[in-house]
Amino acid sequence: MLVLSGIVIIVAGFAMRVHPLLVVTVAAFASAAAAGMAPLAVVALIGKAFVDARFLAVAWLALPAIGLLERAGLREQARAMVQRLRGATAGRVLLGYFVLRQAAAALGLTALGGHVPMVRPIVAPMVEGAAERDAEAPLDEDERQRLRAHAAAVDNIALFFGEDVFIAVGSILLIRAILQQEGVTIAPLSVALWAIPTALAALLIHGLRLLRLDRKAAR
Amino acid sequence: MIGLDAIGLAAAALPATVALHHALDRHGARRWRNAAFWAAFATTLGAGPWLPDLANGCLVLAMVALATLGLRPGAVTSSDETTRAAGARRWGARLFLPALALPLVTLGGTLGLPDGRIAGIALIEPKQVTLAALVAGAAVALGLALLLTRPPRGTTPAETRRLADGIGWPMILPQMLAALGGVFALAGVGKVVADGVLGVVAVDTPLVATLVYCLGMALFTIVMGNAFAAFPIMTLGIGVPILIHKLGGDPAAVAALGMLSGFCGTLLTPMAANFNIVPVAALELRDRFAVIRVQAPTAILLLAFNIAALALLAFPGTPR
Repeated sequence: MLVLSGIVIIVAGFAMRVHPLLVVTVAAFASAAAAGMAPLAVVALIGKAFVDARFLAVAWLALPAIGLLERAGLREQARAMVQRLRGATAGRVLLGYFVLRQAAAALGLTALGGHVPMVRPIVAPMVEGAAERDAEAPLDEDERQRLRAHAAAVDNIALFFGEDVFIAVGSILLIRAILQQEGVTIAPLSVALWAIPTALAALLIHGLRLLRLDRKAAR
Repeated sequence: MIGLDAIGLAAAALPATVALHHALDRHGARRWRNAAFWAAFATTLGAGPWLPDLANGCLVLAMVALATLGLRPGAVTSSDETTRAAGARRWGARLFLPALALPLVTLGGTLGLPDGRIAGIALIEPKQVTLAALVAGAAVALGLALLLTRPPRGTTPAETRRLADGIGWPMILPQMLAALGGVFALAGVGKVVADGVLGVVAVDTPLVATLVYCLGMALFTIVMGNAFAAFPIMTLGIGVPILIHKLGGDPAAVAALGMLSGFCGTLLTPMAANFNIVPVAALELRDRFAVIRVQAPTAILLLAFNIAALALLAFPGTPR
Protein backbone atom coordinates (compact mmCIF):
# COMPACT_ATOMS: atom_id res chain seq x y z
CA MET A 1 0.00 0.00 0.00
CA LEU A 2 2.88 2.39 0.77
CA VAL A 3 3.81 2.53 -2.92
CA LEU A 4 0.65 4.63 -3.31
CA SER A 5 2.33 7.43 -1.34
CA GLY A 6 3.53 8.81 -4.70
CA ILE A 7 -0.06 9.28 -5.84
CA VAL A 8 -1.02 10.98 -2.57
CA ILE A 9 1.93 13.36 -2.96
CA ILE A 10 0.94 14.17 -6.56
CA VAL A 11 -2.66 14.97 -5.60
CA ALA A 12 -1.72 16.98 -2.50
CA GLY A 13 1.15 18.75 -4.26
CA PHE A 14 -0.93 19.86 -7.24
CA ALA A 15 -3.77 20.93 -4.92
CA MET A 16 -1.38 22.98 -2.74
CA ARG A 17 0.22 24.56 -5.84
CA VAL A 18 3.73 23.37 -5.06
CA HIS A 19 6.05 23.58 -8.09
CA PRO A 20 4.94 20.67 -10.33
CA LEU A 21 8.51 19.55 -11.15
CA LEU A 22 9.27 19.31 -7.43
CA VAL A 23 6.02 17.43 -6.74
CA VAL A 24 6.75 14.89 -9.47
CA THR A 25 10.32 14.34 -8.25
CA VAL A 26 9.32 13.86 -4.61
CA ALA A 27 6.49 11.51 -5.63
CA ALA A 28 8.91 9.36 -7.64
CA PHE A 29 11.29 9.08 -4.66
CA ALA A 30 8.43 8.27 -2.24
CA SER A 31 6.93 5.45 -4.32
CA ALA A 32 10.35 4.02 -5.15
CA ALA A 33 11.45 4.11 -1.51
CA ALA A 34 8.26 2.32 -0.50
CA ALA A 35 9.10 -0.37 -3.05
CA GLY A 36 12.54 -0.77 -1.47
CA MET A 37 14.69 1.02 -4.07
CA ALA A 38 17.86 2.85 -2.99
CA PRO A 39 17.92 6.64 -3.58
CA LEU A 40 20.82 6.51 -6.04
CA ALA A 41 19.04 3.81 -8.03
CA VAL A 42 16.02 6.11 -8.24
CA VAL A 43 18.17 8.98 -9.54
CA ALA A 44 19.59 6.68 -12.23
CA LEU A 45 16.13 5.38 -13.11
CA ILE A 46 14.79 8.94 -13.49
CA GLY A 47 17.75 9.84 -15.68
CA LYS A 48 17.30 6.82 -17.91
CA ALA A 49 13.53 7.30 -18.28
CA PHE A 50 13.95 11.03 -18.98
CA VAL A 51 16.46 10.31 -21.75
CA ASP A 52 14.35 7.45 -23.15
CA ALA A 53 11.45 9.92 -23.47
CA ARG A 54 13.55 12.51 -25.32
CA PHE A 55 11.46 12.04 -28.47
CA LEU A 56 8.87 14.21 -26.68
CA ALA A 57 11.23 17.21 -27.05
CA VAL A 58 11.36 17.04 -30.85
CA ALA A 59 8.07 18.98 -31.09
CA TRP A 60 9.83 22.07 -29.63
CA LEU A 61 11.82 22.40 -32.85
CA ALA A 62 8.81 24.31 -34.22
CA LEU A 63 9.68 27.27 -31.96
CA PRO A 64 12.30 29.11 -34.11
CA ALA A 65 10.06 29.30 -37.20
CA ILE A 66 7.01 30.27 -35.14
CA GLY A 67 9.04 32.95 -33.32
CA LEU A 68 10.22 34.51 -36.60
CA LEU A 69 6.72 34.45 -38.08
CA GLU A 70 5.18 35.98 -34.95
CA ARG A 71 7.78 38.73 -35.08
CA ALA A 72 6.81 39.39 -38.69
CA GLY A 73 3.10 39.67 -37.83
CA LEU A 74 1.62 36.15 -38.26
CA ARG A 75 -0.81 36.57 -35.37
CA GLU A 76 -1.93 39.98 -36.64
CA GLN A 77 -2.45 38.50 -40.11
CA ALA A 78 -4.54 35.60 -38.71
CA ARG A 79 -6.64 38.10 -36.75
CA ALA A 80 -7.12 40.44 -39.73
CA MET A 81 -8.00 37.59 -42.08
CA VAL A 82 -10.79 36.28 -39.89
CA GLN A 83 -12.15 39.79 -39.36
CA ARG A 84 -12.70 40.09 -43.10
CA LEU A 85 -14.84 36.93 -43.05
CA ARG A 86 -18.46 37.92 -42.47
CA GLY A 87 -20.23 35.49 -40.18
CA ALA A 88 -17.05 34.21 -38.52
CA THR A 89 -17.81 34.24 -34.79
CA ALA A 90 -15.53 32.92 -32.05
CA GLY A 91 -17.66 29.78 -31.63
CA ARG A 92 -17.81 29.09 -35.35
CA VAL A 93 -14.05 29.53 -35.81
CA LEU A 94 -13.48 27.08 -32.95
CA LEU A 95 -16.00 24.62 -34.40
CA GLY A 96 -14.36 24.91 -37.82
CA TYR A 97 -10.97 24.07 -36.34
CA PHE A 98 -12.56 21.20 -34.37
CA VAL A 99 -13.99 19.64 -37.55
CA LEU A 100 -10.71 20.07 -39.46
CA ARG A 101 -8.59 18.66 -36.64
CA GLN A 102 -10.91 15.70 -35.98
CA ALA A 103 -11.28 14.80 -39.66
CA ALA A 104 -7.52 15.00 -40.22
CA ALA A 105 -6.86 12.82 -37.15
CA ALA A 106 -9.44 10.27 -38.32
CA LEU A 107 -7.45 9.99 -41.55
CA GLY A 108 -4.27 9.44 -39.56
CA LEU A 109 -3.02 13.01 -40.07
CA THR A 110 -2.40 13.79 -36.40
CA ALA A 111 0.52 16.09 -37.25
CA LEU A 112 -1.91 18.77 -38.49
CA GLY A 113 -2.41 20.81 -35.34
CA GLY A 114 -0.78 21.22 -31.96
CA HIS A 115 -0.69 23.97 -29.36
CA VAL A 116 2.64 25.54 -30.28
CA PRO A 117 2.65 25.31 -34.10
CA MET A 118 -1.05 25.91 -34.73
CA VAL A 119 -3.13 27.12 -31.76
CA ARG A 120 -0.84 29.86 -30.44
CA PRO A 121 0.13 31.58 -33.71
CA ILE A 122 -3.01 30.99 -35.81
CA VAL A 123 -6.14 29.58 -34.15
CA ALA A 124 -6.14 31.65 -30.94
CA PRO A 125 -5.61 35.00 -32.76
CA MET A 126 -8.40 34.08 -35.19
CA VAL A 127 -10.80 33.29 -32.35
CA GLU A 128 -9.88 36.49 -30.52
CA GLY A 129 -10.15 38.49 -33.74
CA ALA A 130 -13.64 37.17 -34.45
CA ALA A 131 -14.79 37.90 -30.89
CA GLU A 132 -13.37 41.43 -31.01
CA ARG A 133 -15.07 42.20 -34.30
CA ASP A 134 -18.42 40.98 -32.98
CA ALA A 135 -18.11 42.86 -29.70
CA GLU A 136 -16.88 45.94 -31.59
CA ALA A 137 -14.44 46.50 -28.74
CA PRO A 138 -11.18 45.05 -27.46
CA LEU A 139 -11.69 41.90 -25.37
CA ASP A 140 -11.37 42.13 -21.63
CA GLU A 141 -8.59 39.95 -20.24
CA ASP A 142 -10.90 37.33 -18.65
CA GLU A 143 -12.71 36.78 -21.95
CA ARG A 144 -9.42 36.56 -23.85
CA GLN A 145 -8.14 33.93 -21.40
CA ARG A 146 -11.36 31.93 -21.69
CA LEU A 147 -11.25 31.92 -25.50
CA ARG A 148 -7.60 30.86 -25.52
CA ALA A 149 -8.33 27.99 -23.12
CA HIS A 150 -11.15 26.95 -25.48
CA ALA A 151 -8.77 26.99 -28.44
CA ALA A 152 -6.37 24.66 -26.59
CA ALA A 153 -9.24 22.38 -25.52
CA VAL A 154 -10.53 22.05 -29.10
CA ASP A 155 -7.09 20.90 -30.25
CA ASN A 156 -7.07 18.15 -27.56
CA ILE A 157 -10.65 16.92 -27.79
CA ALA A 158 -10.75 16.80 -31.60
CA LEU A 159 -7.45 14.88 -31.64
CA PHE A 160 -8.36 12.34 -28.94
CA PHE A 161 -11.75 11.48 -30.39
CA GLY A 162 -10.64 11.51 -34.00
CA GLU A 163 -7.43 9.51 -34.01
CA ASP A 164 -8.95 6.20 -32.86
CA VAL A 165 -11.06 6.08 -36.01
CA PHE A 166 -7.81 5.53 -37.92
CA ILE A 167 -6.77 1.88 -37.87
CA ALA A 168 -2.99 2.32 -37.66
CA VAL A 169 -2.86 4.69 -34.70
CA GLY A 170 -0.73 3.81 -31.66
CA SER A 171 -3.65 3.16 -29.32
CA ILE A 172 -5.22 0.58 -31.63
CA LEU A 173 -1.86 -1.18 -32.02
CA LEU A 174 -1.59 -1.25 -28.21
CA ILE A 175 -5.13 -2.58 -27.85
CA ARG A 176 -4.39 -5.44 -30.26
CA ALA A 177 -1.09 -6.30 -28.58
CA ILE A 178 -2.62 -6.42 -25.08
CA LEU A 179 -5.62 -8.53 -26.12
CA GLN A 180 -3.34 -10.83 -28.11
CA GLN A 181 -1.41 -11.61 -24.91
CA GLU A 182 -4.64 -13.02 -23.51
CA GLY A 183 -5.39 -15.01 -26.64
CA VAL A 184 -8.14 -12.65 -27.86
CA THR A 185 -7.64 -11.72 -31.52
CA ILE A 186 -9.48 -8.74 -32.97
CA ALA A 187 -9.41 -6.91 -36.30
CA PRO A 188 -8.10 -3.32 -36.14
CA LEU A 189 -11.04 -2.24 -38.29
CA SER A 190 -13.57 -3.42 -35.68
CA VAL A 191 -11.86 -1.33 -32.98
CA ALA A 192 -11.88 1.69 -35.30
CA LEU A 193 -15.60 1.17 -36.01
CA TRP A 194 -16.38 1.12 -32.28
CA ALA A 195 -14.60 4.48 -31.98
CA ILE A 196 -16.99 6.16 -34.42
CA PRO A 197 -20.01 6.63 -32.10
CA THR A 198 -17.86 8.38 -29.48
CA ALA A 199 -16.24 10.51 -32.20
CA LEU A 200 -19.69 11.69 -33.31
CA ALA A 201 -20.79 12.25 -29.71
CA ALA A 202 -17.68 14.38 -29.12
CA LEU A 203 -18.44 16.48 -32.20
CA LEU A 204 -22.07 16.94 -31.13
CA ILE A 205 -21.44 17.67 -27.44
CA HIS A 206 -18.45 19.91 -27.88
CA GLY A 207 -19.83 21.55 -31.03
CA LEU A 208 -22.98 22.60 -29.17
CA ARG A 209 -20.87 23.98 -26.32
CA LEU A 210 -18.81 26.01 -28.78
CA LEU A 211 -21.87 27.49 -30.49
CA ARG A 212 -23.28 28.41 -27.08
CA LEU A 213 -20.17 30.53 -26.51
CA ASP A 214 -21.45 32.99 -29.11
CA ARG A 215 -24.87 33.19 -27.50
CA LYS A 216 -23.27 33.88 -24.13
CA ALA A 217 -21.13 36.60 -25.71
CA ALA A 218 -24.17 38.18 -27.39
CA ARG A 219 -25.90 38.70 -24.05
CA MET B 1 21.24 5.14 -40.17
CA ILE B 2 19.17 7.90 -38.58
CA GLY B 3 17.68 6.71 -35.30
CA LEU B 4 16.56 8.17 -32.01
CA ASP B 5 20.12 9.21 -31.04
CA ALA B 6 20.50 11.45 -34.11
CA ILE B 7 17.00 12.84 -33.60
CA GLY B 8 17.87 13.60 -29.98
CA LEU B 9 20.93 15.53 -31.13
CA ALA B 10 18.74 17.61 -33.46
CA ALA B 11 16.29 18.26 -30.63
CA ALA B 12 19.20 19.33 -28.38
CA ALA B 13 20.05 22.18 -30.77
CA LEU B 14 17.05 24.14 -29.50
CA PRO B 15 17.81 24.26 -25.74
CA ALA B 16 21.52 24.63 -26.60
CA THR B 17 20.71 27.78 -28.58
CA VAL B 18 18.60 29.14 -25.71
CA ALA B 19 21.39 28.36 -23.20
CA LEU B 20 23.98 30.14 -25.35
CA HIS B 21 21.75 33.17 -25.83
CA HIS B 22 21.32 33.45 -22.05
CA ALA B 23 25.04 33.00 -21.43
CA LEU B 24 25.92 35.77 -23.91
CA ASP B 25 23.22 38.14 -22.64
CA ARG B 26 25.28 40.25 -20.23
CA HIS B 27 22.37 42.22 -18.87
CA GLY B 28 19.87 39.34 -18.64
CA ALA B 29 18.28 38.65 -15.28
CA ARG B 30 19.43 35.42 -13.61
CA ARG B 31 21.66 34.85 -16.64
CA TRP B 32 23.62 31.83 -15.37
CA ARG B 33 20.69 30.11 -13.70
CA ASN B 34 18.81 30.16 -17.01
CA ALA B 35 21.87 29.21 -19.06
CA ALA B 36 22.50 26.24 -16.75
CA PHE B 37 18.89 25.04 -16.96
CA TRP B 38 18.81 25.01 -20.76
CA ALA B 39 22.34 23.60 -21.02
CA ALA B 40 21.38 20.68 -18.77
CA PHE B 41 18.29 20.06 -20.90
CA ALA B 42 20.37 20.14 -24.08
CA THR B 43 22.91 17.72 -22.57
CA THR B 44 20.29 15.11 -21.64
CA LEU B 45 18.71 15.29 -25.11
CA GLY B 46 21.91 15.24 -27.12
CA ALA B 47 24.46 13.36 -25.02
CA GLY B 48 22.07 11.45 -22.73
CA PRO B 49 22.38 8.06 -24.47
CA TRP B 50 26.18 8.09 -23.99
CA LEU B 51 26.17 9.30 -20.37
CA PRO B 52 25.71 7.02 -17.35
CA ASP B 53 22.09 6.91 -16.11
CA LEU B 54 23.21 8.41 -12.81
CA ALA B 55 24.73 11.45 -14.57
CA ASN B 56 21.52 12.00 -16.51
CA GLY B 57 19.54 11.67 -13.27
CA CYS B 58 21.73 14.32 -11.62
CA LEU B 59 21.18 16.67 -14.59
CA VAL B 60 17.43 16.16 -14.27
CA LEU B 61 17.53 16.88 -10.53
CA ALA B 62 19.60 20.01 -11.24
CA MET B 63 16.94 21.22 -13.69
CA VAL B 64 14.23 20.57 -11.09
CA ALA B 65 16.21 22.53 -8.50
CA LEU B 66 16.84 25.49 -10.83
CA ALA B 67 13.20 25.60 -11.94
CA THR B 68 12.01 25.40 -8.32
CA LEU B 69 14.28 28.33 -7.42
CA GLY B 70 12.54 30.23 -10.22
CA LEU B 71 13.92 30.85 -13.71
CA ARG B 72 12.27 34.29 -14.15
CA PRO B 73 14.39 35.13 -17.22
CA GLY B 74 15.07 38.63 -18.47
CA ALA B 75 12.98 39.82 -21.42
CA VAL B 76 14.25 39.73 -25.01
CA THR B 77 13.19 42.47 -27.37
CA SER B 78 11.01 41.44 -30.29
CA SER B 79 9.13 43.59 -32.81
CA ASP B 80 6.56 46.15 -31.62
CA GLU B 81 2.89 46.25 -32.54
CA THR B 82 3.30 48.74 -35.40
CA THR B 83 6.03 46.66 -37.04
CA ARG B 84 3.95 43.51 -36.77
CA ALA B 85 0.88 45.20 -38.24
CA ALA B 86 3.04 46.51 -41.10
CA GLY B 87 4.50 43.01 -41.59
CA ALA B 88 1.02 41.51 -41.75
CA ARG B 89 0.09 44.02 -44.48
CA ARG B 90 3.36 43.49 -46.34
CA TRP B 91 3.53 39.70 -46.40
CA GLY B 92 -0.18 38.93 -45.93
CA ALA B 93 -1.26 35.31 -46.21
CA ARG B 94 2.25 34.28 -47.27
CA LEU B 95 3.09 34.25 -43.54
CA PHE B 96 1.02 31.09 -43.21
CA LEU B 97 3.18 29.15 -45.68
CA PRO B 98 6.17 28.36 -43.40
CA ALA B 99 3.78 27.56 -40.54
CA LEU B 100 1.89 25.09 -42.72
CA ALA B 101 5.09 23.66 -44.21
CA LEU B 102 5.88 22.08 -40.84
CA PRO B 103 2.89 19.69 -40.70
CA LEU B 104 2.89 19.17 -44.46
CA VAL B 105 6.54 18.07 -44.62
CA THR B 106 5.97 15.87 -41.55
CA LEU B 107 3.00 14.21 -43.22
CA GLY B 108 4.75 13.94 -46.56
CA GLY B 109 7.75 12.24 -44.98
CA THR B 110 5.63 9.89 -42.89
CA LEU B 111 3.42 8.83 -45.77
CA GLY B 112 6.08 8.97 -48.50
CA LEU B 113 8.86 7.06 -46.75
CA PRO B 114 7.04 4.49 -44.62
CA ASP B 115 10.08 2.20 -44.29
CA GLY B 116 12.69 4.98 -44.13
CA ARG B 117 14.30 4.03 -47.44
CA ILE B 118 15.38 6.77 -49.83
CA ALA B 119 16.40 5.60 -53.31
CA GLY B 120 16.65 2.05 -52.04
CA ILE B 121 19.03 2.90 -49.22
CA ALA B 122 17.87 2.31 -45.65
CA LEU B 123 18.47 5.82 -44.31
CA ILE B 124 16.07 6.18 -41.41
CA GLU B 125 15.02 3.58 -38.85
CA PRO B 126 11.46 2.66 -39.86
CA LYS B 127 10.14 3.31 -36.32
CA GLN B 128 11.56 6.84 -36.27
CA VAL B 129 10.36 8.06 -39.68
CA THR B 130 7.68 10.35 -38.21
CA LEU B 131 10.13 12.00 -35.80
CA ALA B 132 12.77 12.40 -38.51
CA ALA B 133 10.10 13.93 -40.76
CA LEU B 134 9.16 16.32 -37.94
CA VAL B 135 12.79 17.45 -37.67
CA ALA B 136 12.88 17.97 -41.45
CA GLY B 137 9.57 19.84 -41.31
CA ALA B 138 10.89 22.19 -38.62
CA ALA B 139 14.03 22.84 -40.69
CA VAL B 140 12.00 23.57 -43.84
CA ALA B 141 9.64 25.86 -41.88
CA LEU B 142 12.60 27.78 -40.43
CA GLY B 143 14.25 28.06 -43.86
CA LEU B 144 11.06 29.40 -45.45
CA ALA B 145 10.45 31.84 -42.58
CA LEU B 146 14.01 33.18 -42.99
CA LEU B 147 13.68 33.47 -46.77
CA LEU B 148 10.34 35.22 -46.54
CA THR B 149 10.98 37.73 -43.76
CA ARG B 150 14.79 38.18 -44.09
CA PRO B 151 15.34 39.22 -40.46
CA PRO B 152 18.57 40.84 -39.22
CA ARG B 153 21.34 38.54 -37.98
CA GLY B 154 20.82 37.04 -34.55
CA THR B 155 17.03 37.27 -34.76
CA THR B 156 16.46 33.50 -34.90
CA PRO B 157 18.23 32.72 -31.58
CA ALA B 158 16.55 35.70 -29.93
CA GLU B 159 13.07 34.67 -31.09
CA THR B 160 13.77 31.05 -30.12
CA ARG B 161 14.74 32.19 -26.64
CA ARG B 162 11.69 34.49 -26.41
CA LEU B 163 9.31 31.56 -27.00
CA ALA B 164 11.31 29.03 -24.94
CA ASP B 165 11.47 31.49 -22.00
CA GLY B 166 7.77 32.14 -22.43
CA ILE B 167 6.95 28.45 -22.06
CA GLY B 168 9.75 27.77 -19.58
CA TRP B 169 10.05 24.73 -17.30
CA PRO B 170 6.84 23.05 -18.56
CA MET B 171 8.98 22.11 -21.57
CA ILE B 172 10.61 19.36 -19.51
CA LEU B 173 7.46 18.32 -17.63
CA PRO B 174 6.27 15.74 -20.20
CA GLN B 175 9.60 13.90 -19.91
CA MET B 176 9.54 14.16 -16.10
CA LEU B 177 6.09 12.57 -16.06
CA ALA B 178 7.32 9.81 -18.36
CA ALA B 179 10.10 9.20 -15.82
CA LEU B 180 7.55 9.14 -12.99
CA GLY B 181 5.51 6.61 -14.97
CA GLY B 182 8.61 4.42 -15.21
CA VAL B 183 9.15 4.60 -11.46
CA PHE B 184 5.47 3.87 -10.76
CA ALA B 185 5.60 0.84 -13.05
CA LEU B 186 8.69 -0.58 -11.33
CA ALA B 187 7.22 0.10 -7.90
CA GLY B 188 4.05 -1.79 -8.86
CA VAL B 189 1.66 1.13 -8.28
CA GLY B 190 -0.70 -0.05 -11.03
CA LYS B 191 -1.24 -3.49 -9.58
CA VAL B 192 -2.03 -2.15 -6.11
CA VAL B 193 -4.68 0.20 -7.54
CA ALA B 194 -6.23 -2.47 -9.78
CA ASP B 195 -6.41 -4.97 -6.90
CA GLY B 196 -8.01 -2.28 -4.76
CA VAL B 197 -10.71 -1.56 -7.33
CA LEU B 198 -11.47 -5.27 -7.81
CA GLY B 199 -11.55 -5.92 -4.10
CA VAL B 200 -14.17 -3.24 -3.39
CA VAL B 201 -16.99 -4.14 -5.77
CA ALA B 202 -18.55 -7.36 -7.01
CA VAL B 203 -18.46 -7.07 -10.80
CA ASP B 204 -20.96 -9.64 -12.03
CA THR B 205 -23.47 -7.79 -14.22
CA PRO B 206 -22.67 -6.00 -17.50
CA LEU B 207 -23.70 -2.63 -16.09
CA VAL B 208 -21.60 -2.85 -12.92
CA ALA B 209 -18.64 -4.35 -14.78
CA THR B 210 -18.84 -1.62 -17.44
CA LEU B 211 -19.04 1.10 -14.79
CA VAL B 212 -16.01 -0.26 -12.94
CA TYR B 213 -14.01 -0.74 -16.13
CA CYS B 214 -14.72 2.66 -17.72
CA LEU B 215 -14.55 4.70 -14.51
CA GLY B 216 -11.42 2.74 -13.58
CA MET B 217 -9.83 3.59 -16.93
CA ALA B 218 -10.67 7.29 -16.46
CA LEU B 219 -9.49 7.46 -12.82
CA PHE B 220 -6.36 5.48 -13.52
CA THR B 221 -5.53 7.77 -16.43
CA ILE B 222 -6.09 10.82 -14.23
CA VAL B 223 -3.52 9.42 -11.79
CA MET B 224 -0.97 8.21 -14.34
CA GLY B 225 -1.56 10.99 -16.88
CA ASN B 226 -1.63 8.51 -19.73
CA ALA B 227 -4.39 6.19 -20.98
CA PHE B 228 -1.74 3.88 -22.44
CA ALA B 229 -0.42 3.19 -18.92
CA ALA B 230 -3.91 2.56 -17.55
CA PHE B 231 -5.12 0.33 -20.38
CA PRO B 232 -3.05 -2.84 -19.81
CA ILE B 233 -3.77 -2.87 -16.08
CA MET B 234 -7.53 -2.32 -16.32
CA THR B 235 -7.99 -4.50 -19.40
CA LEU B 236 -6.00 -7.44 -18.08
CA GLY B 237 -7.54 -6.99 -14.62
CA ILE B 238 -11.22 -6.53 -15.51
CA GLY B 239 -11.76 -6.11 -19.26
CA VAL B 240 -10.63 -9.52 -20.50
CA PRO B 241 -11.48 -11.84 -17.58
CA ILE B 242 -14.85 -10.33 -16.66
CA LEU B 243 -16.31 -8.21 -19.48
CA ILE B 244 -15.13 -10.41 -22.34
CA HIS B 245 -14.78 -13.97 -20.97
CA LYS B 246 -17.32 -14.08 -18.14
CA LEU B 247 -20.03 -11.78 -19.52
CA GLY B 248 -19.48 -12.36 -23.25
CA GLY B 249 -18.83 -8.75 -24.25
CA ASP B 250 -17.63 -7.91 -27.77
CA PRO B 251 -13.81 -7.65 -27.41
CA ALA B 252 -13.44 -4.81 -29.93
CA ALA B 253 -16.17 -2.76 -28.21
CA VAL B 254 -14.78 -3.36 -24.73
CA ALA B 255 -11.25 -2.39 -25.75
CA ALA B 256 -12.22 0.63 -27.90
CA LEU B 257 -14.65 2.17 -25.39
CA GLY B 258 -12.27 1.40 -22.53
CA MET B 259 -9.46 3.28 -24.26
CA LEU B 260 -11.79 6.18 -25.11
CA SER B 261 -12.88 6.35 -21.44
CA GLY B 262 -9.20 6.67 -20.62
CA PHE B 263 -8.97 9.61 -23.04
CA CYS B 264 -11.79 11.31 -21.06
CA GLY B 265 -9.50 10.99 -18.05
CA THR B 266 -6.63 12.53 -20.02
CA LEU B 267 -8.73 15.66 -20.54
CA LEU B 268 -9.14 16.01 -16.77
CA THR B 269 -5.62 15.68 -15.39
CA PRO B 270 -2.64 18.00 -14.98
CA MET B 271 -0.53 14.82 -15.19
CA ALA B 272 -1.12 14.87 -18.96
CA ALA B 273 1.19 17.85 -19.15
CA ASN B 274 1.64 17.83 -22.91
CA PHE B 275 -2.05 18.41 -23.47
CA ASN B 276 -3.18 20.33 -20.41
CA ILE B 277 -0.23 22.22 -18.89
CA VAL B 278 2.05 23.05 -21.85
CA PRO B 279 -0.76 25.01 -23.62
CA VAL B 280 -1.34 27.00 -20.41
CA ALA B 281 2.25 28.19 -20.73
CA ALA B 282 2.21 28.49 -24.52
CA LEU B 283 -0.95 30.61 -24.51
CA GLU B 284 0.08 32.70 -21.48
CA LEU B 285 -2.91 31.66 -19.36
CA ARG B 286 -2.97 32.75 -15.71
CA ASP B 287 -4.89 29.77 -14.32
CA ARG B 288 -2.87 26.55 -14.35
CA PHE B 289 -6.09 24.54 -14.71
CA ALA B 290 -7.74 26.79 -17.33
CA VAL B 291 -7.64 24.20 -20.12
CA ILE B 292 -8.85 21.37 -17.86
CA ARG B 293 -11.76 23.50 -16.62
CA VAL B 294 -12.92 24.12 -20.19
CA GLN B 295 -12.54 20.44 -21.10
CA ALA B 296 -14.26 18.99 -18.01
CA PRO B 297 -17.95 19.19 -19.08
CA THR B 298 -17.23 17.52 -22.44
CA ALA B 299 -15.01 14.87 -20.82
CA ILE B 300 -17.63 13.91 -18.23
CA LEU B 301 -20.49 13.76 -20.77
CA LEU B 302 -18.37 11.63 -23.12
CA LEU B 303 -17.44 9.27 -20.29
CA ALA B 304 -21.14 8.80 -19.54
CA PHE B 305 -21.74 8.20 -23.26
CA ASN B 306 -19.00 5.55 -23.38
CA ILE B 307 -20.40 3.74 -20.34
CA ALA B 308 -23.92 3.75 -21.80
CA ALA B 309 -22.73 2.62 -25.24
CA LEU B 310 -20.67 -0.24 -23.83
CA ALA B 311 -23.34 -1.45 -21.38
CA LEU B 312 -26.17 -1.27 -23.93
CA LEU B 313 -24.54 -2.41 -27.17
CA ALA B 314 -21.65 -4.74 -26.42
CA PHE B 315 -23.42 -7.57 -24.58
CA PRO B 316 -25.70 -9.34 -27.07
CA GLY B 317 -27.94 -11.95 -25.49
CA THR B 318 -27.00 -11.42 -21.86
CA PRO B 319 -29.85 -10.63 -19.48
CA ARG B 320 -29.51 -7.14 -18.03
